[in-house]
Amino acid sequence: MEHKASPLNRKFWTPGVLVMLVFMIAGALSIIARFTGGIGYVTNLTNARPWGLWVGVDVATGVALAAGGFTTAALAHIAGKHYYEPITRPALLTAGLGYTFVVLGLLVDIGRSWAIWKPIFNWNTNSVLFEVAMCVMVYLHVLYFEFFPIVAEQFKGRVNLPGILSSLNGFMDMILKVGDAVIGKIMWVFIILGVVLSCMHQSSLGSLMLVAPTKLHPLWYTPMLPLLFLTSAFAVGYPMVVFETTLVTASFKLDSEMNILAPLTRITIFILGIYMFLKLGDMFYRGTYVYLLDGTHQTNSFIVEILLGVMVPWALLLFDRVKNSRRGVFIAASLIVSGVVLNRINVFIVGYKPPLSEDGYFPALGEILVTLGLIATLMFIYRFVVTYLPVLQAPKEVSS
Amino acid sequence: MQLSRRHFFKFMGAAGVSAAVLPSSVSAWESKAPPDPYGCLVDLTRCVGCRKCEEACAEVNGLLTPERLNCQCTIYDKKRRPDHKAFTVVNRYFTGKLDGFDKPLPTYAKVQCMHCQDPACVSACIVGALTKDETGTVRYDVDKCIGCRYCMVACPFEIPAYEYDNPITPRVMKCTFCYDRISKDGGIPGCATICPTEALTFGKRASLLTVAKKRLKENPGVYIDHVYGEREVGGTSWLYISSVPFERVNLPVLSDIPSPKLSETIQHSLFSYLWSPLALFGVLGAFMYKSNKVVEPKNKGGA
Repeated sequence: MEHKASPLNRKFWTPGVLVMLVFMIAGALSIIARFTGGIGYVTNLTNARPWGLWVGVDVATGVALAAGGFTTAALAHIAGKHYYEPITRPALLTAGLGYTFVVLGLLVDIGRSWAIWKPIFNWNTNSVLFEVAMCVMVYLHVLYFEFFPIVAEQFKGRVNLPGILSSLNGFMDMILKVGDAVIGKIMWVFIILGVVLSCMHQSSLGSLMLVAPTKLHPLWYTPMLPLLFLTSAFAVGYPMVVFETTLVTASFKLDSEMNILAPLTRITIFILGIYMFLKLGDMFYRGTYVYLLDGTHQTNSFIVEILLGVMVPWALLLFDRVKNSRRGVFIAASLIVSGVVLNRINVFIVGYKPPLSEDGYFPALGEILVTLGLIATLMFIYRFVVTYLPVLQAPKEVSS
Repeated sequence: MQLSRRHFFKFMGAAGVSAAVLPSSVSAWESKAPPDPYGCLVDLTRCVGCRKCEEACAEVNGLLTPERLNCQCTIYDKKRRPDHKAFTVVNRYFTGKLDGFDKPLPTYAKVQCMHCQDPACVSACIVGALTKDETGTVRYDVDKCIGCRYCMVACPFEIPAYEYDNPITPRVMKCTFCYDRISKDGGIPGCATICPTEALTFGKRASLLTVAKKRLKENPGVYIDHVYGEREVGGTSWLYISSVPFERVNLPVLSDIPSPKLSETIQHSLFSYLWSPLALFGVLGAFMYKSNKVVEPKNKGGA
């Protein structure tokens, strides 16, 4: 497979980008409010409800949706299916940005942001969160290393910094050349490490709630939570690539890359099937189906999650008519992505009920604005990067 | 993707050895509870709701004077929880008991950190800022804390509170068991020294259990036949005896299994000495080597 990724060099400031900018500013203002008035000033968090939207969406969901990075790397590089290489770059970019924003979200959420480095020196190996934090920290750097060759490819030999920075041109060029050469030699270590670290913390994110059996609704609380989180991360990897690639190619009017994406649906049917089997099997084994018809918002949220987020898209993908149409695959992929998003929200927010206190948590405007602002910034940077760096496949017929 | 054969086998060798040797050293979960901790026995039949314990607590721990200190009526209209301003609070419950004149009898219940024997918060804390001391105290070291609030998620009693109004240096706030006092000979927590009705008894947890069981036995029909905290979540340093069911006074029904047991068992059986990640690294490496060696070396990745 020829690798023809190239910068898009399109107009950057479009109306859509301006909308993103509005959300970014609103988010920035909320973050300023958080760091002047305290977490309590912008959130509805309480002593009974210490984790809310920021942990449930910015962190847990962010990590899950970045799974496209390690799943495509495993497929294209470890399994040697080089046919899929064109989608590894956008998936890698999503993962790198996703994890960067997980860390930014954490910085806003934790009370003592300036102390975020302390787990490096104060180990509690009993703590699930400690393991998650270490993995995320190392994996973030692994992703940056994996992305380095893309930067090098674009700028090696033509570093041209503006103004007085131009005196650093030679130095920067040397860094790019040496770095590229070194990383190229040991890239395989980073790629395997990325998959190993992902398996570790994707599953452990599910273990986080195991320490609080009385707080998470029995529909979700199961000793299998880590396995369910891991399989759902595997399952959402390719659909997330399909989802974002379709959006990006449509937005930039590029080739749909459907030819590459289509075979992914077969893998997705398989992994999503395993996830569905585990999830339903767990429900029947533990007998938690007795809750299904009790009409509470928690139960309803579970039904939507398993029905629309897992069973319907799985069934849809069995039909050739769906599998062979760009729109059909996109719809199924979107449902799977939403299903995993809802699962993470359910485990960390909806299914969480403090047993002793009254609790009607709904995220405050400030929380929502921070989350939307972070997502808008992520998209903004994604657009910036694909505009100026060789990430996406250049269009074949349109000359730019 | 280039794979240097020499490097490859060096890595794989290390991974393989680790995978083969280490799982055997993974042992079953063991309680880390201190052998002879202090405890405090709360006898709900003796509490009259005077709230002196709240006052003493605030004084010893340098907190603000409790809200409406001399009030023993309207303060009870609302159920309160310990928070960042008060490490202990007393609530009033009407559980259907009547006095001789058919008037409802209140039951007062003090709430504070239970100082679990195997605390969920200590297991959860990412940096080990929370520790279980030999005295039985669950202590908090603010210098390590990063403010992740996982302790609050983990606690089955919803005890740790947070200074949500502090933007830069918020602390987790909870009962200290008056550690500075009880770690010295003869020291007694503020609340237990002041209680006028001896509803609070401080002492070694083991002897308090004897005292509690003796009281249950010598007053047949008065108490529920259960010492709350003897076995809940593996045992707590604070113990309760009562004439009304414990769940009626907001003491949750909990299993005897220590909260951290499941997650710690999973974590340690999977990640002790990182055996499973190393093994996975080895397997993936071998797989990668095999699936890539037929392809001639391409220009390095771009991942």
